[in-house]
Order: sequence, then C-alpha cells, then structure tokens
Amino acid sequence: MSDILMQDRAGPEGAALDAIDPRARLIGAAGFACVTVACSWLPLLLAALILAIAVMVLSGRAVGPTLRRMAAMDGFIFLLIAMLPFTTPGDPVFTLWGFAASREGIVHSAEILLTANAVVLALLSLAGTLEPAVMGQALHRLGTPERLVHLLLFTIRYIEVLRAEHLRLRRAMKVRGFRPGTSWHTYRSLGYLVGMLLVRAVERSERVLAAMKCRGFSGRMPVLSAFAYGPRDAVFGAGLGAVLIAMIAAEVAHGAF
Amino acid sequence: MHIVDGALAAPVVIGGAVLAAGGVARGLRDLTLEKTPAAGILSASFFVASLIHVPIGPSSVHLILNGLAGLVLGWAAFPALFVGLLLQAVFFGFGGLTVLGVNTLNIALPAVIVHYLCRRGLARGTPRIAALWAGMGGALAIALTALCVGLALALSGEAFLPAARLVFLAHIPVMAVEGLLTAAAVYLAAQVKPDLFTTVQGPQR
Repeated sequence: MSDILMQDRAGPEGAALDAIDPRARLIGAAGFACVTVACSWLPLLLAALILAIAVMVLSGRAVGPTLRRMAAMDGFIFLLIAMLPFTTPGDPVFTLWGFAASREGIVHSAEILLTANAVVLALLSLAGTLEPAVMGQALHRLGTPERLVHLLLFTIRYIEVLRAEHLRLRRAMKVRGFRPGTSWHTYRSLGYLVGMLLVRAVERSERVLAAMKCRGFSGRMPVLSAFAYGPRDAVFGAGLGAVLIAMIAAEVAHGAF
Repeated sequence: MHIVDGALAAPVVIGGAVLAAGGVARGLRDLTLEKTPAAGILSASFFVASLIHVPIGPSSVHLILNGLAGLVLGWAAFPALFVGLLLQAVFFGFGGLTVLGVNTLNIALPAVIVHYLCRRGLARGTPRIAALWAGMGGALAIALTALCVGLALALSGEAFLPAARLVFLAHIPVMAVEGLLTAAAVYLAAQVKPDLFTTVQGPQR
C-alpha cells in the first residue's frame, strides 16, 4: 500500500474514528471546511481549531507529525500573514521599521491563520486517516465520476511503486558520485531522472493495460468494501451537524450586533 | 504555490472551483479505458517528481513540473494534477479543501496553455529542438502559475497586492530551474521513447 500517504498513522487499529463510515468522514470534513471558511469571528475560529484538535486526538493520527505538517503549511503562508498587517489600511497599532501595522490587518491575518489550520487539521484527521484506496471508493459512492475515481485509484496504487523506482535511480546516481548542487550538471541530471521516471511509467502502464485486457477488464472496478451506515455514523453525523449549525448561528448572531 | 483556506474571497473560491470542474470534465473526456492506466501512472510519477528537492544556491525548491505534465498529458493534465493536489491536501496537509479548485486551476491551466503552444515544436524536429520548446514551456508554465496565484490573491483584496508581487519575484529562479529540468527530461524522453508524448493525447492531427 501507499506508505508515503499513510506514514503519520500512530497505531494500526483502535482509534475511535476508525469505526465511522468513510463517506460520513468525507462529508464531515467538507462540511467543516465550508462552515469554517464562511465564518470570520475570531473566538468562533478559535473554537473551530480546538474542535479540529479534538478530532485529531480521536482519529489515531500521530500528534507530533500531524502538528509538524500543520507547521510546515504555516511556513508556506508565513510571508502572506506577516505582510498583511502592514499592507491593510486602518488604525495603526504599532510601527516596525517605519511601517505601521493596522488593527484590521492583524485581525485579518489571525483569521486566515486560524481558518487554514483548523481546516487542514480536520481534513488530515477525518479524511487523511482513511486508507487511500478506501477514500477513492468512498468518493465513488458519493457520486464522483467513474473515470476520475479510476484515475485517483491508479495514482494511489502507483505512487509507492514509482517512489521506490525514484529512490532506486537516486541510489544509482549516488553510487556514481552524484552530489546535488547549484550547477548545470545537477539540473541536467535531475531532468534526465525525471525523464527516465516518465519513460518507465509509460512502459509500466503498457504492461498494466495488457494485463488488464488479458483478464477481460470491462471498465468497471468492483467495490471491495461494502459501506453501511450504522448507529455510530448517525451519532457522528448528528454531533458534527449540531456543532456546525451552532457555528453558523453564532456567526450570524455576532454579525447581527 | 499552494493557497490555503480562508485567504481568498468567496467569489474567487467559487469561480475557481467552477472553472476547475470544467477543466477536469474536459480532461476526463479524453481518458478512455485504454488511456486511464497511462494517465494514472504518469499522474503518480508527477506526484513523486514533485517531492524532489532541487538546490538553488543555499536554499532548495520542490518541483511542480506542470509544464511537463501539460506536454505529456494535454487536457488530461487537469484531472491528473487535481488528483495530485487532492492527495497532497488530504494526506500531507498542503493547501486546503475549499481552495482545491483555485489551486487546480492555477497549476493545470498553465499546463494546458503550454500544451497548445509547444506541442507542434515537440512533434517535429530533433530531440534538441524538442528540448528547446520544452524548456520554454516549462519556464512559461511556472510564470503563468505565479501570475494566476498573484491574480487570485489580488482579486481577493488590495492588501494582498504586495504579497502577490513578492510571490512572482520569488518564482523567477524556480522558472529557470523548471525550464532546464523540463528541457533535459524531454531531451531524454525524445531519444529513448518518443511516443511518451502521444500515449495519452493520441497522435497529432
């Protein structure tokens, strides 16, 4: 299976969320994302982040690596967050090297930071803990076009295979004394590496297609796992639904005053 | 390159999602039963390639290679890159969920543009000429992606404008690196397996 996609799981089994239907988890993650993005009241966004942390604890994800991933994402947006207070016009709160930071800008930065982290944490916990192929099948059952699901399942299946191939090629380069640096030679060699990966990918796909034809593949993939909603899913759905409705109500009430 | 949830205005998010859905639907039309395995395995290899870190001076960048994806996959780059971004968001936490449409559009639309601009140059001529076109396509795709990211930010608020400019400036070295790598990759593929560029797209008409 795709190790690189599953590397943050803490334990093999036994997390509270594992018993919830994959479809309910995907819908829950999407609903949480939409509601959180629509909200802009800071205390509410803080509550959403705390809720996402609670879901992470229930999900059986390793806490350390998950928070590290979140921090990596914050690294991406650091520049944006850091610049906003200085580029948004408004009441100046403090000045740094002659630039005034506005209250409105600081609030906007905090909004983005809280929203982005809450959504990513909930997504990693609810959907990221699914086995990748199960996620594909759940998306199929939720009405995703069949061709897109096939593409997704193929991609999931071969990521680990091609990563192993990439590592093999890299090892071969290393044995021959390749050390990456800022040089023409490095860029050309890495380009050849990418080209070789693609060539091998296409040749592999020819063999896969031949094998599929040999077995009479008709364009349908049988779904191995039977999904069934149970009482736990009803509890999960009702609980999360109530929280989301409460969030919307709080946002509307706050905006009204 | 990834925009996160909560940064963009709602009309930008919704507009991006609608346009991306259109692009994905157009790409899926090409993906018949015969082509799905090739597209899926190539999509996986672009996912793996995006994990490669390339040194630039004291720092390093990770590859996007959307230009190369456009050259190899054509319109199928839309669903392929969407799948990659979906997996990155769900399992790695890169980007976000509601901005998936905008992020797909930012990366896949330049891929398709490069596909239309450079496919003639790739189909005719020696590997050297193909590599030249591919290098320009690879650099152009990153430039267009940086422009799209900047545009999405600028449309969401004036306050983002300086950040958008900075995003573009920061990607100038990435353009050069991606151009060189794409050229080298195509140079090799054109010599070793020229039908790489027709497996998913079909032959030139």
